[in-house]
Amino acid sequence: MALAGNPNTGKTALFNRLTGARAKVGNYPGITVDRHEGLVRLGSEGRVARLLDVPGSYSLSARSEEERIAVRAIAGLEGEERPGAVVLVLDGTQLGRNLYFALQVIELDLPTVVAVNLTDVLAKEGRVFDVQRLRRALGVPVVALSARSGEGVDDLRAALAGVLDGEPEARPGWRWEPGTDALRRDVDEVHAALPPTWRDGNPRRERALAVWALLSLDEGDELRGIDGRLRAAASAAHERASVEGRSIDEEVVAGRYGWIEEHTAGVVTARASARDSFTSAIDRVLLSPLLGFPIFLALMTIVFQALFAWADPAIGAIESLFAWLGGVVGPALPEGFLRSFVVDGLIAGVGGVLVFLPQILLLFLFVAVMEDTGYMARVAFLMDRIMKACGLHGRAFVPMMSGFACAIPAVMATRTIERERDRLLTMMVVPLMTCSARLPVYTLLIAALYPPGRGDSFQQGLIMAGMYLFATVVALIATAVLSRTVFAGVNPPLLLEMPAYRMPQLLGVLRTMWERSTIFVREAGTVILVATITLWALLSFPADPELGPELAGRLGAAEASVDNARSGAAPDPAALESAEQRLAKVEAEISSLQLNESYAGRLGRGIEPAIAPLGFDWKIGVGLIGSFAAREVFVSTMAIVYGLEDDGEDTATFRQRLSSEKRPDGSKVFTPLVCVSLMVFFALAAQCMSTIAVVKRETKSWRWPLFMLSYMTVLAWVGSFTVYQGGRLLGFE
Amino acid sequence: MVTTTLDQLRPGQGGRLVSLGGERLFRRRLMELGLLPGSRVSVVRAAPLGGVLELEVRGSLLSVRMSDAAILSVEVS
Repeated sequence: MALAGNPNTGKTALFNRLTGARAKVGNYPGITVDRHEGLVRLGSEGRVARLLDVPGSYSLSARSEEERIAVRAIAGLEGEERPGAVVLVLDGTQLGRNLYFALQVIELDLPTVVAVNLTDVLAKEGRVFDVQRLRRALGVPVVALSARSGEGVDDLRAALAGVLDGEPEARPGWRWEPGTDALRRDVDEVHAALPPTWRDGNPRRERALAVWALLSLDEGDELRGIDGRLRAAASAAHERASVEGRSIDEEVVAGRYGWIEEHTAGVVTARASARDSFTSAIDRVLLSPLLGFPIFLALMTIVFQALFAWADPAIGAIESLFAWLGGVVGPALPEGFLRSFVVDGLIAGVGGVLVFLPQILLLFLFVAVMEDTGYMARVAFLMDRIMKACGLHGRAFVPMMSGFACAIPAVMATRTIERERDRLLTMMVVPLMTCSARLPVYTLLIAALYPPGRGDSFQQGLIMAGMYLFATVVALIATAVLSRTVFAGVNPPLLLEMPAYRMPQLLGVLRTMWERSTIFVREAGTVILVATITLWALLSFPADPELGPELAGRLGAAEASVDNARSGAAPDPAALESAEQRLAKVEAEISSLQLNESYAGRLGRGIEPAIAPLGFDWKIGVGLIGSFAAREVFVSTMAIVYGLEDDGEDTATFRQRLSSEKRPDGSKVFTPLVCVSLMVFFALAAQCMSTIAVVKRETKSWRWPLFMLSYMTVLAWVGSFTVYQGGRLLGFE
Repeated sequence: MVTTTLDQLRPGQGGRLVSLGGERLFRRRLMELGLLPGSRVSVVRAAPLGGVLELEVRGSLLSVRMSDAAILSVEVS
């Protein structure tokens, strides 16, 4: 069975009711839209049916592949299974517009049950809904229900069981008829051009598909795999109509609305105004010229604060849990390859996936609540002017803002944007927003701008703010450029329904959070895990570097003095401590040697010619490779590269070490200019394999993540090159 | 009776839609949402930053950009 209807009708709530919130999430082939399917219990004899949740839309007519999903899923075209029954969900408070969609589905002549939802709201507004009249007009079973309270849902189950058994009452088919000879001729001509795969000997369904083609197809549509003859027939009909001074679209749409007005007037008693008092009272405040924007900013601050700060304790807890786990499991395994693989590859990798969950859960909590209440449409309304300036829809605001916390949940939140083009464009630029993983890198590099022991914290704060501003401006420019190049094409105008405000439902919100999290762990998580293990291997092998006689000698001496201090008759704590410190120092040197001789180290040397024009040496190259795990890993990787003992947690020591690092010619590596160049690189490069993995999952292909990686790397290189070489020309160091 | 474009109406004002301009796709979508020639439409409010108008049509609330509203002509009585 297929569940179809307008957006904002409570269709998802009904799906959750019917399927008991257990759905299988798949995807429609070739398009980045999730496909939800669940099992519905019908009656008491344990009878079950599969139910497909068709994406909500206002019409079956389509210009893009995404919009065509509805007609494909309902009519069972092009690889989609034809449903045994269609459940049409209508919003009882907006019956006229919902019936426009219903008529199109009924024309397809499939067994259909109409479920009129929100009868609880109608009752509250004191309005009466006449079920029998609507049933007589439409000729199919009509059930009044409330998906929210569950009232009437069992009647729907019973009606569905009846329809599946071939109950004769379900008599779909054409309700309105093309009124003029000219329109009938247009329909007949397109009907004659229908491809064989769309024909099944049911003349009513075939005529319905012909009308669909007339409304959807022309030379400018973006549909793939449409029969050329069919499109030509539709285009020819439109051309002739325009010569005759007619509009086929208007005749068809007005024909259906005319039928609706004639046959269903008074099915629901009218309301004084379209604006129910509750929604308009809230909107008078939330969208008021004076308060609307400040309230919006305050709400967004809460969302952002949650992602940025409230998620932190949970993230820290997950990190400590996996560090603890590594500490427990590690010693139980034999030293060497296996221990390193399990602790640094496997456990660290799983931890690296789960660490994103707090932000994903929190963001989807807010997104689901904003969607369910109806506020998300208001966000688009308020922000459209600003977002439009760079070629985006107002709905792109929440994902873009979330990008300041972390690109992973932000990329996932792009699914609230209806159009695929806007969704992809937003995904491509979200990673340019300054995420929190860049902060540790900036902190270290900004400190390195000043001579050791000095540094003006106010100035440092300004530089940090400057980095945020710089990245945001670049992101907006990149959006504007991409929207006019890679994503050029017709930009359909904004048409935004402002749904009535409703209370969000806990079950639905929890379900969204759960579903997004499990999909992330299962699908993006595996890619992240494989990438983590690959990176671990690059950084860890070859495992045993040649120590050389001098280092081997010092290691032996340090180990011996620790043993001595331990085994002496009267243990001297001071001697033991200093011996252990010496040993730790030698071991850090060995780690540094191992990393520098590893595949990642060799790769760092390999890319040196490419990064030398940016002012980076091969050691920085190793840090850049390591930071693909996550940007902040740059700090700890550099700490190992430079043989520091504490993973770079002590900024002051690290800062000292950076200032003493010299190139082979004796000049300093970390000059202020190199630090700025490196910050620009981190601002612009796609140094994050988790982002790449999540874009892969959301776009269902490698094409977009690879495009993102390429354009951002080029952008970063050009940016750093300009800063470093330009700075040198201007005489900076 | 005065014929003007929708973007010229102030919040609270309304009229009868006379014709829809613009691209075929935009016209078709508006009509499918119930905004047909002859339909009553009124302006509810403009967005605080401008650029977008909220309209009331056939019992539902729709937002369109100001530039798109400029190609819809209405008859104000």
